[in-house]
Amino acid sequence: MAAALRPRRLTRSAHYVVALAVLLVVLVPVIYAVLGGFRTTGQISANPVGLPRPWVFDNYREILGSDTFWRQLRNSVVVAALTMAVIVPCASLAAFALARFEFAGREAVYALFTIGLLFPLTVAVLPLFISLRTADLLNNPLGVALPQAAFGLPTSIIVLRPFFRAIPAELEEAAALDGCGPFRFFYKVALPLSRPVLATVSVLAIVSSWNAFLLPLVVLSQPDQWTLPLGVTNFSTQYSSDTARVLAFTSLSMIPALVFYVIAERQIVRGLASGALKG
Amino acid sequence: MTAERPPGGTRPLPTADPGGVSPASGAGSGRAGARWSRRATIIAFLTPALVLYVLLALVPILQGAFYSGFDWNGLEPLEQFVGLQNYREALADPVFLAALRHVGVILVLSLVLQLPFALGLAVLLNERMRGRAVLRLFFFLPFVLSDVITAIVWRLILQPAGLVDHTLGAAGLDGFVRLWLADPGIVLYTVFFVVSWKYFGFHMILLLAGLQGIPFELEEAAALDGASRVQTFRYVTLPLLGPTIRICVFLSIIGSLQLFDLVWVMTGGGPVGASHTTVTYMLERGFERSRFGYGSAVAVIAFLISFAFALTYQRLVLRRDVAGALTAMGER
Repeated sequence: MAAALRPRRLTRSAHYVVALAVLLVVLVPVIYAVLGGFRTTGQISANPVGLPRPWVFDNYREILGSDTFWRQLRNSVVVAALTMAVIVPCASLAAFALARFEFAGREAVYALFTIGLLFPLTVAVLPLFISLRTADLLNNPLGVALPQAAFGLPTSIIVLRPFFRAIPAELEEAAALDGCGPFRFFYKVALPLSRPVLATVSVLAIVSSWNAFLLPLVVLSQPDQWTLPLGVTNFSTQYSSDTARVLAFTSLSMIPALVFYVIAERQIVRGLASGALKG
Repeated sequence: MTAERPPGGTRPLPTADPGGVSPASGAGSGRAGARWSRRATIIAFLTPALVLYVLLALVPILQGAFYSGFDWNGLEPLEQFVGLQNYREALADPVFLAALRHVGVILVLSLVLQLPFALGLAVLLNERMRGRAVLRLFFFLPFVLSDVITAIVWRLILQPAGLVDHTLGAAGLDGFVRLWLADPGIVLYTVFFVVSWKYFGFHMILLLAGLQGIPFELEEAAALDGASRVQTFRYVTLPLLGPTIRICVFLSIIGSLQLFDLVWVMTGGGPVGASHTTVTYMLERGFERSRFGYGSAVAVIAFLISFAFALTYQRLVLRRDVAGALTAMGER
């Protein structure tokens, strides 16, 4: 009995050792960045480990007191909100039609959208730059949001379609008897029933917009239009010799994503999983 | 009429109507006017998404293919048609070929090291252990941080005399200190490590979801039949996890082929091109040097590689698992 238990207990403690080691590797860079912001660069090169001694608040204070961080935060919010505002109505209308109407070429249209999963934005970024320049959308939040929405449509439609399909036909018949046309049914019945999956689609759109770098890099060349990823990158080269200040700025720009993760963890995880498993 | 009627549906299917039937209109009306209004409804539902998607996703990709035949700085009129010259130049450029090789190295390392690591952790977190919800939350955390933040923090940690070097020194391992980001022989492996740091949690979450979908009774039955834990894992768990693993492999490969943000911010493709990926190369040569024709040719090559790969993989591997985007469409 004891002999059978012993190895069990051993493997169990081995599990904890492995898990804690991984946890350490995951957390150390984040903690290092946050604490580093409370040091001076001199302190960091002298001793990057341990708690700051003494705690220095100047880095964070200066960044929070300057306009730059807040403006970039605002720009990021605007681009993410626009992306979501475009993608959710477009994707849900299309997914509804592809789920509940029968028409010639329906599967071809669906396939056209799903093929988009194989077109990453990266390969289209140079021609997009040219087109957006022609349309005078460079240095405009819409110039980032519209292409992002276009490239986000495939995943959103793939996630939404099965939900619209699953709405029982009886509901539709009842609505039809009450004289409710397809648009009213979509708006009054299908959308409210699909609220959880609409949340998932919105969250995915926000997260990918929030983290986007390549498209904003190409489209937004004016500093006053920069989103946070562009701003952080630029800040890190501008103050490349001042590690502490860069860490403070980077840590501050992590906060919105972390807060959002804590709030929307379920949607993020489920959305990624269902998007991936259906793609 | 609904696309796919749930089993409980009672209304009989109306006779086939090629013009399309809207969901709410009663069956049986075949008048031309009604058919047109149905058609208009369908068009109204589809148009916003289609216009956006065609104009801003499909057309740019075709435009890129068109530009790739020109020597063009993006400003002058498109006049200097050079045929396949840009493609020839790219495929003869050692820096581009090296970039392709780098992508290959990161891809193979991801499959051989990162995915098994993620699988191991998923198995571990699937066991009953204290704090596993917290562990899962934290392991997934790097994925939520943007590539840019990841790159900047790691760049500072890995700089000479930074946290990594300091820690190695304190542990008496000074001999292991390297120029992590400045040594052309090492930088690619450093990049791979940081990529894994950011993405293992994502694969772990997918695999964990897969593991939780496996009925506990199956593993229990295997144990009752005298199978060891290793045998149970090898012959029961792993095969049942197959679909999820194949998806992870697929996403891992696509992700490697599109690697950009992290490398661009952390190394800029350097030193001396030792960490260029196809996309960093495209942006540097095409955009920063204003050679839009050449950059487009690079983009087309990159696109063809991932497209060919994705199609093959879907046909050969994924077909049996999911309603794939291209091959199995309409079957479900």
